Amino acid sequence: MATSVLEHSAVHHAEAKSGLWSWITTVDHKRIGILYGASAFLFFLLGGIEAFVIRLQLMTADNTLVSPEFYNQLFTMHGTTMIFLGVMPLSAMFFNYFIPLQIGARDVVFPRLNAFSYWVFLLGGLFINAGFFFNAWPNAGWFGYANLTSAQYSPGLNTDFWVIGLQILGIASIAAAVNFFVTIINMRAPGMTLLRMPMFVWMSFITQILLLLAFPVITVALVFLMMDRHFGTHFFIPAGGGDPILWQHLFWIFGHPEVYILILPAFGIVSEILPVFSRKPLFGYTAMVFSGVFIAFLGFGVWSHHMFATGMGPFADAFFSLSTMLIAVPTGVKIFNWIGTIWGGSLQFKTPMYFALGFIAMFIIGGLSGVMHSSPPADLQQTDTYFVVAHFHYVLFGGSIFALTGGAYYWLPKMTGRMLNETAGKIHFWLMLIGFNLTFAPMHILGLNGMPRRVYTYPAGLGFEFWNGLETVGAAIIVVSQLVFIVNLIVSLRRPRNAPADPWHGATLEWSIPSPPQEFNFPEVPEVKSSIPLWDLRRELGSLPEPQRVSGAGIHLPNPSYYPLVAAIGVFVTLGGILFAQPHFPWYVITLTGVAVLFYGVYRWAFEPAG
Amino acid sequence: MSDAAAHAMHPPTSTGLDNRKVAIWAFIGSECLFFASLISTYLVYKGKSLVGPLPHEASQCMLHGQMQRCEGVFEVPLVTAGTAVLLFSSFFVVLALYGAQKGNRKMLLGWLSATVACGLFFVGMQVYEFTHFYHKGMGYGTNLFSSTFFTLTGFHGSHVTLGVIWLSTILFLAARGKLPPEKALNLELAALYWHFVDVVWIVIFPVVYLMR
Amino acid sequence: MDAHVTVHSEEHSHPTPGLYFRVALILFFLTAAEVAAFELARRPGSLQSVVGPVVVPILLVLSAVKFALVAMFYMHLKQDSKLFATLFVFPLMIAAVIIIALIILFAYWRMPH
Ligand SMILES: [Cu+2]
Repeated sequence: MATSVLEHSAVHHAEAKSGLWSWITTVDHKRIGILYGASAFLFFLLGGIEAFVIRLQLMTADNTLVSPEFYNQLFTMHGTTMIFLGVMPLSAMFFNYFIPLQIGARDVVFPRLNAFSYWVFLLGGLFINAGFFFNAWPNAGWFGYANLTSAQYSPGLNTDFWVIGLQILGIASIAAAVNFFVTIINMRAPGMTLLRMPMFVWMSFITQILLLLAFPVITVALVFLMMDRHFGTHFFIPAGGGDPILWQHLFWIFGHPEVYILILPAFGIVSEILPVFSRKPLFGYTAMVFSGVFIAFLGFGVWSHHMFATGMGPFADAFFSLSTMLIAVPTGVKIFNWIGTIWGGSLQFKTPMYFALGFIAMFIIGGLSGVMHSSPPADLQQTDTYFVVAHFHYVLFGGSIFALTGGAYYWLPKMTGRMLNETAGKIHFWLMLIGFNLTFAPMHILGLNGMPRRVYTYPAGLGFEFWNGLETVGAAIIVVSQLVFIVNLIVSLRRPRNAPADPWHGATLEWSIPSPPQEFNFPEVPEVKSSIPLWDLRRELGSLPEPQRVSGAGIHLPNPSYYPLVAAIGVFVTLGGILFAQPHFPWYVITLTGVAVLFYGVYRWAFEPAG
Repeated sequence: MSDAAAHAMHPPTSTGLDNRKVAIWAFIGSECLFFASLISTYLVYKGKSLVGPLPHEASQCMLHGQMQRCEGVFEVPLVTAGTAVLLFSSFFVVLALYGAQKGNRKMLLGWLSATVACGLFFVGMQVYEFTHFYHKGMGYGTNLFSSTFFTLTGFHGSHVTLGVIWLSTILFLAARGKLPPEKALNLELAALYWHFVDVVWIVIFPVVYLMR
Repeated sequence: MDAHVTVHSEEHSHPTPGLYFRVALILFFLTAAEVAAFELARRPGSLQSVVGPVVVPILLVLSAVKFALVAMFYMHLKQDSKLFATLFVFPLMIAAVIIIALIILFAYWRMPH
């Protein structure tokens, strides 16, 4: 029996080099990273199209381009998509591809669990969006406030797609978080102490902790909501004694750490780009680490600043207001350190640097309007207006998306082996910066003038027309900027490989190996003596020789496997079955089938030779 | 890890700690927040039910289609028995692990079987309790107490069930001689999960059943 | 440094079945004490007026002690790496803070004002 297993796996290994099957069974962190990136970018474009339709609808007063019902679906799916299917998995692409490379590992610690996370994420993303084909795209807002989401006020399947889809995505996030957490704890190259880890790894590490601690809370809230909708409970239904405010608490206990889940990887990326293009080590490394830890820790004690309008009383208002203001301190430390990093540096104005600098400027604006919200009297004025929309787009678009785009220009040459066009990159940057500010800066004014969020149109004569028109022009410019990026990407992918191992003179280990890396990453496990190992080497040798591709014979790699996909399908069917939970319909047959598939996948996975 | 055999089998890790053990602890940490959310909800909604039945006090319930007086539903002696059994199962599984690490097959198989039996008893107790409550007019959605109670203890019970399946799988392997001392970690991981499920119950038992 | 401590304690104070048994006994008696406190607080009698008002703190303390015993001795946190203890205690702290905060927030909510 042992021989047949060995032969079987040997055949698998030989097949697993190219073709669709090799992608389905892959457990290589680099391929999974690319899968995350490709899926997330498509979802991101979808979320962008939703946003652009929203902008077209709001371009003029009393517009009737889309119905109010469809508008609800658009803004719900725009928020849900950008957060759970865009920014988070785009960050996951970089976690997957670059955490192992930056810590000098051959893969993540549990490669098959990694594949499982990806498949669950993909199926969850498709599930949420599948509602579109049943005219049941989620439509109760990405925050899903009770009791709008109750069966009474949201009859159709829309909210069911949302509730179940988010639970599926939560499983993917927790599985991935365990994986990266242990990878960073345990897979570091010899000599890489915690305080020598690249800042991206540090910020990713903190992000995994936040994922582990925040996602269970939203899972519980979603379970309650699902029970309310299908199984006769009244967790959030006042008629049965339930309290809709509990939803808000549970949602934001998750939701505030979630904003750090969205922004900390961006902090990490920018902290990689700025030193490399300033030719200076990161300023205040230790302060950067501890401010990140402090932000994450405080992030669990501020959630009710999203709820000042619910009337929590003076004590709670004061507490959450002060704790929120306190977070500005470590955030400010980070901003000063970034500025300290570029201060006096020999700045290289390449595209990644443009985006990193753009990030700092835009994030400061978003951060400042955030501090304004921390004051309850100001917040009461701003709640549910476009001022809030302006704020979180400055931190999530101006912050996360700018940093992620910068990260793409910085790291895509490593992933694809091909340089992106610099001129097109700079055009992309300027269009995005201008379009972004034209779109979102006027929202501050509109918000303070009282334009409410989440409403499909506005009457003429309130002074909203000009700014809304301008915003839509800005949105169009953002669309063009993304097209420039897509063309740049496609053109570079169609060219032969031209990226050297270290195009930017980077400081971290991923630049010590060929672009793209070979399957085993490092022919020999590197040894590390500081947080800037490649600059140490460069100083020692004068210049770095181009690393050669080697055969890699004898390097032990994990076997490919399709059981992670089987298990992921099990999760999908188990939770998806609940969509059909109607009286007199045997939906539990579907769910139990899913459980059976899940168990089958997990058992085969557990007893298959890992390689 | 001081075990030389384990070092030979796996590449060394940065901390010297086993990867899977760090992973199960990280997962347990995550689960803390899961149960904290459920327990918070139970407590926040305590005493806010609009109709009966209630945990201890008599109240007005809808039973057989009409409102009538009904007693509190909790049967503390039964649950105390379940609690004791679950506590002892934690004791049994450390003994099984001790046997596994020392290569004492009899100890391993005996105490692991006892652990699984305890787990099954606990699940059986819960199934009996839930059915009993149902017959007393306490459906899942009857009131806030019933919904929060069933969700909290139901999720705990499903964790116990998963633990039983996991431990049974290991018992099956151990019985076929596939759990030599150098693989005792396989049992240790399941045992950690099992103890966690136990400590959650250590919180649930007084907070839900004994505080009025 | 940490590794040294771990090895040291593993060699010299590895828990034995005897220790496990003593812990089990204590757990058993603490559980009995919990139920006794519950019964005393419930039944009319001379002790009700004494135990009744403090039954909640008594139960919380007993439960915390049981929790700590299982975590330290059965989950081996006492002798295992400090990392594992951190991975457990840090989330527990956040969990406790969230539970307490929600109770306070909802208590205020229910007050007439
Ligand atoms: Cu917040």
